[in-house]
Amino acid sequence: MSLATMFKRNSLLDERSTWVTSVVLIVGMLAVVVLHALPSDHAWHLNGSVVSLLGKYLTYMLLALAVDLIWGYLGILSLGHGAFFALGGYAMGLYLTAQDAPLAGWQSAMVHFPVAALGVVLAPGLLALVFGWLAFRSRVTGVYFSIITQALTFALMLAFNRNEMGMGGSTGLTRFDELLSFSLSSEGMTIALFVASGVAVLLAFWGCKAITRSRLGRVCMATRDAEARVRFIGYRVEHVKLAVFVLSAMIAGIAGALYVPQVGIINPSTFAPLFSIEIVVWVALGGRATLYGALLGALLVNYFKTLLTGVMPDAWLFLLGGLFVVVTMFLPQGVAGLMAHLRRRREVTT
Amino acid sequence: MSMTNVERLREFARPDRVFDFMAPARSPVDVRHGPILYLEDVSVSFDGFKAIDDLNLTIDDGELRCIIGPNGAGKTTMMDIITGKTRPDRGQAWFGSRHNLLQMDEPQIANLGIGRKFQKPTVFEALSVSANLELAMAGDRRVWKTLLARLDHEGRERIDEVLETIALSAERDRLAGVLSHGQKQWLEIGMLLMQRPRLLLVDEPVAGMTEPEMHRTADLMTRLAGQQSVVVVEHDMGFVRSIARTVTVLHQGSVLAEGSMDEVANDPRVIDVYLGGGDDDSDDTREEG
Repeated sequence: MSLATMFKRNSLLDERSTWVTSVVLIVGMLAVVVLHALPSDHAWHLNGSVVSLLGKYLTYMLLALAVDLIWGYLGILSLGHGAFFALGGYAMGLYLTAQDAPLAGWQSAMVHFPVAALGVVLAPGLLALVFGWLAFRSRVTGVYFSIITQALTFALMLAFNRNEMGMGGSTGLTRFDELLSFSLSSEGMTIALFVASGVAVLLAFWGCKAITRSRLGRVCMATRDAEARVRFIGYRVEHVKLAVFVLSAMIAGIAGALYVPQVGIINPSTFAPLFSIEIVVWVALGGRATLYGALLGALLVNYFKTLLTGVMPDAWLFLLGGLFVVVTMFLPQGVAGLMAHLRRRREVTT
Repeated sequence: MSMTNVERLREFARPDRVFDFMAPARSPVDVRHGPILYLEDVSVSFDGFKAIDDLNLTIDDGELRCIIGPNGAGKTTMMDIITGKTRPDRGQAWFGSRHNLLQMDEPQIANLGIGRKFQKPTVFEALSVSANLELAMAGDRRVWKTLLARLDHEGRERIDEVLETIALSAERDRLAGVLSHGQKQWLEIGMLLMQRPRLLLVDEPVAGMTEPEMHRTADLMTRLAGQQSVVVVEHDMGFVRSIARTVTVLHQGSVLAEGSMDEVANDPRVIDVYLGGGDDDSDDTREEG
């Protein structure tokens, strides 16, 4: 049986939340494209910088999706997913840098787009494979796993800070000009990157949905809830975890690769443990194990972050911390859970 | 506990040794010699406490065996060893006469045909009753195959059949988390059946069950034996009496007595450590009631 029949059989769109999310994403994307195309003196015109900002949100949403896949469905709390995002970003950054001036050594190969594209998924994928294999084989779970993922991303941050790494040291990689021979500063490129990010989110959303609805997805949820039982009915839990973890890391890498050209810089701060924790807050706030909750959470938190850091930058971290406390205490299912609860209540009363 | 190098070499070069890579990957269980499970001189200790001490146990193919013993007698540890969760310090454990259980891990042992029910009912609460059974269904367990797996007609029939057996047909689409304690016990037994195991290890199947449920469980266990071998660990004497042919009494990690229920119940050593006068009486009344 092929993947295509799997998608068909699952009839992905029979779940209300799935088609609502798909429609909202598609309509939202089209709206941005149309508003951007309006003449620049029109009141509703969206300028390029706003489109880039929305494109950045989309890459964060993709990243949140990757975290929800392993945290929500498999119960693995990775506090180091920023590392996979950053690796994908650095692969893209090397490609963009190589367009201006040839790079030395192995990095010179990154001038070719297919090589760079491969690097975007392989670098995070391989790291996740080695790291996950060691961790899951030794049955490292729960808070211990979370702590070593923090250590992983912290170690990478220190490494990428060194100039000897050839990754631009603490400045990182920046001042990009061209992507696929098109100028990055052109309006067309801005909208193309936005659309590419939106399409990536949509495809990843459908892909993750298909996985979570397959038998493998049910094995994941079973592992999350009763790991020993899954072993005793004969599933190799460590293989399941490894496969999904690697896939999640690759999605994070793609998100990073789409993030870099839209933001124009990648530096070691993306490896900072704090950023990885922030991703988890997005997912927790949006609601775990729903996928659309992760998308919603990433969008909401980052929108408010943009708003607040403009008005009163000092308050943001307090608000983020406060949000996390409120969500943990009063909304364990996040905004998605709240919406489902309200819908059920409405159905009962009517 | 640990072997010297010479011993290790001798073990390695044993004349009858079959190297793992030469043995068929998934060969059927060899029960031509009678026993399906064979434990010899198994010992394991945790922090100096001997949980299992020179345990010898043989279960014949198709047998129904009850294992009783006071708390801490090593019943659950014994199951952990058989299912690959715990490695013994010494001794041997064979499934049939071909499969060395000590060289396998939990999924391998499960796929070989040993099913286990936990003491505390463990079902996947976030999944529906039928999804619980579907996951347990015998089949290819590899990641890619699991991703693409679909429930075929045969599988659907098998699930219906097991649902019938465990009396949960009406609950098939409900979440396993909302079932009663007794129903969860049954669902877990149903999951065992879906695996089509050769040997079932059942830890306290009637804990938390009502009287009629208990009778149905006893009925099911007796029906299963014959097609499969069943090992039941149970505290409830009435239940053991109603199904037991052979009873093994564990005490302090080794076998204290073995025989029919009556033989065992009249064994002075058993009475001394376990059954006791008062307990036996109360269990007898329960059996009649």
